[in-house]
Amino acid sequence: MKKIQILGTGCAKCKKLAENAEAAAKQLGLEHDLVKITDINEIMKYGVMMTPALAIDGDVKSVGKALSVDEIKAFLK
Amino acid sequence: MANECACMGAPTLIFSCSGAADVGEVADRAARMLTKEGLGRMYCLAGIGGRVSGIVKTTEAADRILVIDGCPLDCAKNSLDQAGIGRYNHLQLADLGLAKGQSPANDENVSRAAAQAREMLGAGCLTMALPSAKA
Repeated sequence: MKKIQILGTGCAKCKKLAENAEAAAKQLGLEHDLVKITDINEIMKYGVMMTPALAIDGDVKSVGKALSVDEIKAFLK
Repeated sequence: MANECACMGAPTLIFSCSGAADVGEVADRAARMLTKEGLGRMYCLAGIGGRVSGIVKTTEAADRILVIDGCPLDCAKNSLDQAGIGRYNHLQLADLGLAKGQSPANDENVSRAAAQAREMLGAGCLTMALPSAKA
């Protein structure tokens, strides 16, 4: 199972990234667990200084962008 | 700490070699000084070397990057190059006459390094513009 982590404090861009990540995983028929990490101290443990960020299985793939569904699918494949 | 939104503009990041020699300490202190002044944010060069994904991706997304190397070995610059991050300004302290082993990390040398770094970050232009604005 893929663990999809959305790092962001909950602003509009963070929510959009979470929505798109959920859609991407569903479109790929991927068994997944989407986790929203909203605590800034927890976010900083990833070394990330900008949000939203996307991590997959703990590996940060993107920082500072609300990626599109297709962009996220490319990371999930 | 409050949950502050961190989705504003891309940051200016400052990497220092922070090496063991005197000039490494000068580079380190200059980077910390610039961070305290708010001109950028010192960031972990070890995270680049260690390929910590969050640090590498944040660096790739940075608005501007300043790399400060204490000596001509250019360890910090090479670290970023090897991580595929080639878009940065590079300050080499030897170019300022700060020779390795002969440049203690005192306030004078740190100020020299920081002054050049400010100029490279564009802050020197602001400082120069202030007096004429008053005139």
